[in-house]
Amino acid sequence: MEQKQYSTFENQTFNDNIVLSIGEKGRTVEAIQRATSIRNIAGMIIVYILILFAALIIIFPFYWMVITSLKINDEITASTQTFFPSIVMWSNYIYVFNSFDFGNYMFNTIVVGIFSTAGTVLTTIAAAFAFSRLKFKGRDALFAIFLMTMMIPGEMMVISNYITVASFGWIGEGQTRIDAYLAMIVPFLVSVFYIYLLRQNFKQIPNELYLAAKVDGKSDWTFLWKVMVPLAAPTIISIVILKFMGTWNAYVWPNLITDSVEYRLISNGLRGSSFTDLEGRVQYGYQMAATVLVTVPLFLLFIFFRKYIMRGFGRAGIKG
Amino acid sequence: MGKEKIIEAENLFVTDIPHYEEGFNEQENTIVRLVSNHRNKKPYQVTGIQDVAADNNWKAWLYLGPILVLLVVFLIYPLVNTIFISFLNNYNYVNGTYDGFTFDNFGVIFGLTTYNGATETDFTAFAIPNTFILVFITVPLTTIIALLISVALNSIKWFKNALQVVFFLPYVTNMIAVGMVFSVIFDTNGVINYLFNLGETAWISGATRAMAFVPLIAYIVWCGLPFKILIFLSGLQGIDKQYYQAAQIDSAPHAKVLWRITVPLLSPQILYIVITSFIGAFKEYTAIVGLFNGAGTIGTKKNMYTIVYYIYDNLNTHTSFAAAAAVFLFIIIMICTWLQFKVSKRRVHY
Repeated sequence: MEQKQYSTFENQTFNDNIVLSIGEKGRTVEAIQRATSIRNIAGMIIVYILILFAALIIIFPFYWMVITSLKINDEITASTQTFFPSIVMWSNYIYVFNSFDFGNYMFNTIVVGIFSTAGTVLTTIAAAFAFSRLKFKGRDALFAIFLMTMMIPGEMMVISNYITVASFGWIGEGQTRIDAYLAMIVPFLVSVFYIYLLRQNFKQIPNELYLAAKVDGKSDWTFLWKVMVPLAAPTIISIVILKFMGTWNAYVWPNLITDSVEYRLISNGLRGSSFTDLEGRVQYGYQMAATVLVTVPLFLLFIFFRKYIMRGFGRAGIKG
Repeated sequence: MGKEKIIEAENLFVTDIPHYEEGFNEQENTIVRLVSNHRNKKPYQVTGIQDVAADNNWKAWLYLGPILVLLVVFLIYPLVNTIFISFLNNYNYVNGTYDGFTFDNFGVIFGLTTYNGATETDFTAFAIPNTFILVFITVPLTTIIALLISVALNSIKWFKNALQVVFFLPYVTNMIAVGMVFSVIFDTNGVINYLFNLGETAWISGATRAMAFVPLIAYIVWCGLPFKILIFLSGLQGIDKQYYQAAQIDSAPHAKVLWRITVPLLSPQILYIVITSFIGAFKEYTAIVGLFNGAGTIGTKKNMYTIVYYIYDNLNTHTSFAAAAAVFLFIIIMICTWLQFKVSKRRVHY
C-alpha cells in the first residue's frame, strides 16, 4: 500500500527535485529507521544479557547443590573452588541412603501427605459445594467469616493447637506412630483458602447443568460427584499437588509435636541429621546428596504437573 | 430436592398450553418438564422442583458440619485461647493450671518485668529488630527485582517460556533443603568467598549479625521472586497494548513508560504482592532454620531470632510468653495490613 503511494508520488516527477526528509537533524528516513532498529536490537541484547544473568543466579544454587553432592569433602572445603567435581562421587548418595534414614522419613511424609491431602480435598469439595450451590440461612455471612480467618497468622493458632493436640493424647509420653500421624494430619484438614478457590470454580458451572440433573431426578450428592467434581478437576488437581507439596515442605509443626525422631517428616530429617564425620566436621557432600534426594521428587512433580502448579500458585499465593 | 407436583393436563390435544413450557420458570422458581403417560397419552407438568432454596437448609449443614467442627476446634478456639493464655500467670499447659490474670507476660517479653530474677532481652534486642529489618528490606527489594524481571520477560520474544519456568523453579523447592545449599555457598570456604576473593569471611557460622543478614536476605529474595514474577506476568499480559503504542508515538523514554504506564496499571497486582509478602516476611522462620540451623550464628547467642522464632522456641517451655509474642505479631500484622489498604485507596488504580 505504502509502496504504491510512493510510486504515484514518483510518477508526478517530483522525485528529481524534492528529497523527502524529516526534519530531525537532516537525517533521511532510512537513517532514522536504521538508528531505531539498531537501538532496538541493542536494547534487546541488553535485556537478554540481564535476564540470562538473573536466570543464572536463580539456577546457581541448584547447580551447586548437585555438583557439591558429587564431590569429595576435601574438594568442597579446598581454598580453590571447582565448578565441576574432579572425582565424581556417586558413593555419597549410597552413603546417604544407608545412614540418613531416608526411607523412613519418606514413608512418614507419604503417609501423612496422602491422608491429609485426601482429607483436605474431601472437606474442600463439601464446603465449596455448600457455599456455591446450596442455599441456607447465613451463607454469605459464614463465608465472609471464613475469608476473614485467612488474614490471621497461623502462629496465633499453633500454641493452642499444640495444647489441644496434647490434650487428645497425641503428644507426649508414649506417643505412637499413629498418634504422631494424627497430630500431623487432623489440625490441617481444612483449608479456607482452597475452599475459596474451589467455590469460585464451582460457581462458574452453569445452573442449567444442575437443573438438568434435578429434572433427571439426580440427588445433590450424585450431581456433585458426577458433574461438578469432573468439571472442576483442574482446580482439584492443583489443590492436591499444592497440599502434597505443603506436607513435603512441612517443618515446624512436625518438629514441635513429635518426640521421637523416627516419626518426623523429610524436612525435619534433613535438617536434624548431622552428616558429620568422626572428627565432627560437617560432610557437605553427604548433606548435599540428601538435599538432592529431597529436591528431586519436587522437581519431578513440577515437570509433570507444571500447568496445574503454576496455575494453582498463580491463583494462590500461599505455599502449602 | 423440592416438592414435586404432577399436574395432569386437561387434554393432550390442546395446542395452547401457556404455562406448560418446558424448562426453568424463573418467576416461580420451578423446573417444568413435560412428560407423557403413554397409556392415556396425556402430558404432565412436573413442577415445584425448586432451586435448592430453603428446603436444603439442613443438608447444607450436613456438608459443612465436619468442616465447621474442625474450624472451630483448630482455628477459632485457638485464636481466642491464645489471646487468653497471653494474660495468664504461670500457665502450665500440661495440666492447665494458672494463678490468675496478669499483663506481666507482655512485660516480660519486652524486658520491662523480670522473670525469675532475670530480664528477657532476646525479644527486644533481636527478635523485633530482626523481623522489622527483614520486612523492610526484603519486601521492597523482592518486589522491585520481580517487577523488573517480569517486565523484561514480557518484552522478549525467544526463550520466554523456558525462562519463565526457570524463574519459577525456586518455588517448587524445599525451604530447608535450599537453605542448606545457601549455607554451603556462603561457607567460609564456599564459592562466594572464592568468586569475590573475600578470603575466609564468615557469613553463616561465626558471622556477625550484620554479615549474617547478607545470605539471609539473598536467600529470602531468591525464594520470594517466583511467585511475584508469576503474578506480575499475568498482570502485564492484561495491560492493553494501546498504551504502549501511544507512548511509542510520543517517543517516551523506557524508564518513563515503566514508571508512568506499567507501574500504575499494575498497581492492583503490586498491592496484592506487597500485602501478602509483608505478612509473609513478618513470619520468617524456615529460612533461618535452613540457613543457620538455629537461632544464632555465634555460640548460643540468639542473634538471628525473629518474632516467630521466639514463639516456637518458647512454645512448650514458656507458653504464656509465646502467646504474648503471638498476640503482638497478630496486632502488628493487622495494623500493617490496615495501613496498606488505607494507602491503596488513594494510590491504586483499578
